[in-house]
Amino acid sequence: MSFAPAPKRSWTTRSREIAVGALPPEKLLPDSQPTYVASWIYVFGVASIAALMVIIGSGAILSLKGPAWWHFTGVGHFFNSIHLWSVELFFFFVVIHLWGKYWMAAWRGGRSRVWITGAITFLVAVPAALTGYVSQQNFDAQWIATQAKDGLNSVGVGAFFNVTNFGQMYSYHVLLLPVAVVALVAAHVLLVRKHGVVPPFELDKKVAVAVSTSQAAPPATGVQGESP
Amino acid sequence: MTRLSWWPRERETAEWSGGYAPYDLVKELFIAVGVVALLSVLLTVLFSSPDDRPSTVAQWSRGQPVDFIAAAAKELAGTSNTATYGPPYNHNSDGQHAAFLYPQKWLGVSHPINTANDFVIAPLRTVPDNPTLQSAIAQFEAAPEKTKMAWAEAFAKPLEQYEAALEENKAPGKDVSVDPTTGAVTVKASRTGPVPIMMSGLLDLAKSGGLDGSLLTSRQFFQTDYTKPLLFMSDGGLLAQRAEAQHLLGDQWGMMNETGSYPGQTWLWLYTVWYQVEPFKTSENADILVMLVMGVLSLAFICIPFIPGVRSLPRRIPIYRLIWREHYREHQAEA
Repeated sequence: MSFAPAPKRSWTTRSREIAVGALPPEKLLPDSQPTYVASWIYVFGVASIAALMVIIGSGAILSLKGPAWWHFTGVGHFFNSIHLWSVELFFFFVVIHLWGKYWMAAWRGGRSRVWITGAITFLVAVPAALTGYVSQQNFDAQWIATQAKDGLNSVGVGAFFNVTNFGQMYSYHVLLLPVAVVALVAAHVLLVRKHGVVPPFELDKKVAVAVSTSQAAPPATGVQGESP
Repeated sequence: MTRLSWWPRERETAEWSGGYAPYDLVKELFIAVGVVALLSVLLTVLFSSPDDRPSTVAQWSRGQPVDFIAAAAKELAGTSNTATYGPPYNHNSDGQHAAFLYPQKWLGVSHPINTANDFVIAPLRTVPDNPTLQSAIAQFEAAPEKTKMAWAEAFAKPLEQYEAALEENKAPGKDVSVDPTTGAVTVKASRTGPVPIMMSGLLDLAKSGGLDGSLLTSRQFFQTDYTKPLLFMSDGGLLAQRAEAQHLLGDQWGMMNETGSYPGQTWLWLYTVWYQVEPFKTSENADILVMLVMGVLSLAFICIPFIPGVRSLPRRIPIYRLIWREHYREHQAEA
C-alpha cells in the first residue's frame, strides 16, 4: 500500500507539526520530574482535576435521571450529595493549589499564561457552582436566585443571564460552564506540560557562589535572570 | 517552539539541568480520582446534603394570608420592590449606579414585568364563573391610574401597619382581621374601590394553588422560567423569614451559606464580606459597588504576574523555603 505525500502546506500537517513541536510526547506525558517536585503542595493540582472528574461523573449521573430524581429517591439524593461534596472538595483543593502556586511565584520563567488560565478557571468555576445552586429546585435555589439576581442585575448581566430562570441556569450548569472549565483546565495542564513545573527560587548568593566555586553541584535552579 | 505573536515576550526558564526522579503522572491521576471519589462518598455518608422543600405561593397564602395580601396590594399599587425595581424588569427606576455608570439602565428591560397586571389582574382573569370578580377587575381597569393607585394604597396601608406591629411585637390594630378557620382576611379601609374583592379573589386563587400555575404561564405549554413567582414571593416575607432562620440573610453572610450547617459557597466569602462593612452595608447601590470592587480584584488576581509588589511578595516572604525545603537542604549541604 502506498500513500500520496501530503501537500507541504496542508493544514493537517502544519497543525501536527505545531502540536508536536510545542508538546512532544515525552513532554506531554513525562515519566520523570525534576527532583525539586517533592512536596505535598503538588498534590493539590492533581487533586483539583480528580475532584473535577468526580463532579462531572456525579453530575452526568444526575443528568441521566433528570432534575426531580435527587429530591424523591434515596439513590438520587445520594448522588446529589456526592456532587455537592466533590464541588466542595474541588474548591478546597483549587484554593490551596492557587495559594501554593502564588507562594512559589509559579508564573516565573515564561509561565504567566499558566497562572492566568488557572486564575480564570477559578473565576469561571464560581458561576459554574452558582448555576448549580440555583438549579437545585429547593429552598436554597429559591433564596440564592433571588439574592444573586440583584448583584447581576446591578451590572447589567441580569439582562441576559437570569438566575431566576431555571431552564437557562440548568443549561449553563450542565453544558456551557462545565465545557468552559474543562477547556480552561486542559489549556492550563498543557501549558504546565509545555513549560514544565516552575523551579525553586535561586539560592542565596552566598550559597550559589559556593556551589559554583566547588563545581560540585548542578545549577541551583536553572532560572536565569528571573525577576518576579 | 511556537508562541503567540501578540503575547508579550517573557524570559523563559532555562531547561532544568539538575536531577530527575521517576514520576508516574497517570498513576497519580488514577489514585487521586479514587481517593477524591472515596472522600466524596465518605462525606456523603457522614453529612448527606441539604434539600429543604421550596416555598410555594399556595403555602405562603395559606400560612401568612395577611403578608400575602399586603404584598399583592403593593404589586397592584406599583409600590413593591419588584414594581419599583427598574431594569431588567421595568422602567420604573434607573436601577443601581456607581458615579456615571448605569449598566442596569443601559442594558434595558429584558424580562418585562408589570406587577399589577402579571401578578394580580392576569391571574384573576383566569378565575371562571365569578362575575362579581370579573366586574371588579373591569372597574379597576377602567379607572384612571391615579385612582387605581389610591385604591390599592388605601387597602395596603392597614395591612402594612398590621405587619409592622407584629414585627415590633406590638398588638396589631383592629382594621385587619384573619378568620382562623378559613384564613379569610378582612381589611377595614375606605375608598378602596374594587380592590377588596380582587384581593379576596386572589387569596382564594393562591390558596387553591392556581396562582402558582398562573404566574408560570407564558405563551407556551412547557415552563422553566420562575422569574415571576420568585419575584412575587420575594416581595413578601415568607422567603426572608425562612432565610433568616437558616442564617441566609445579607447581614448573615447571605447566599454564600446554605440551609443547615453545610459549608455552602465559601468561595464567595470575598464577595459577601463587602456587604458586612461600610460604605457598602448601607449604600442603596451596594450591589453595583460590590460587583465593581470584585471585578477589579478579579482582574488583579488574573494579572498577579504583572503587578509590581504583589508578584514580588513570594520572594520576600520565604514560604517557598518550606515548599522546597528538601531541595534547599540538599543544595545547602552540597554547598
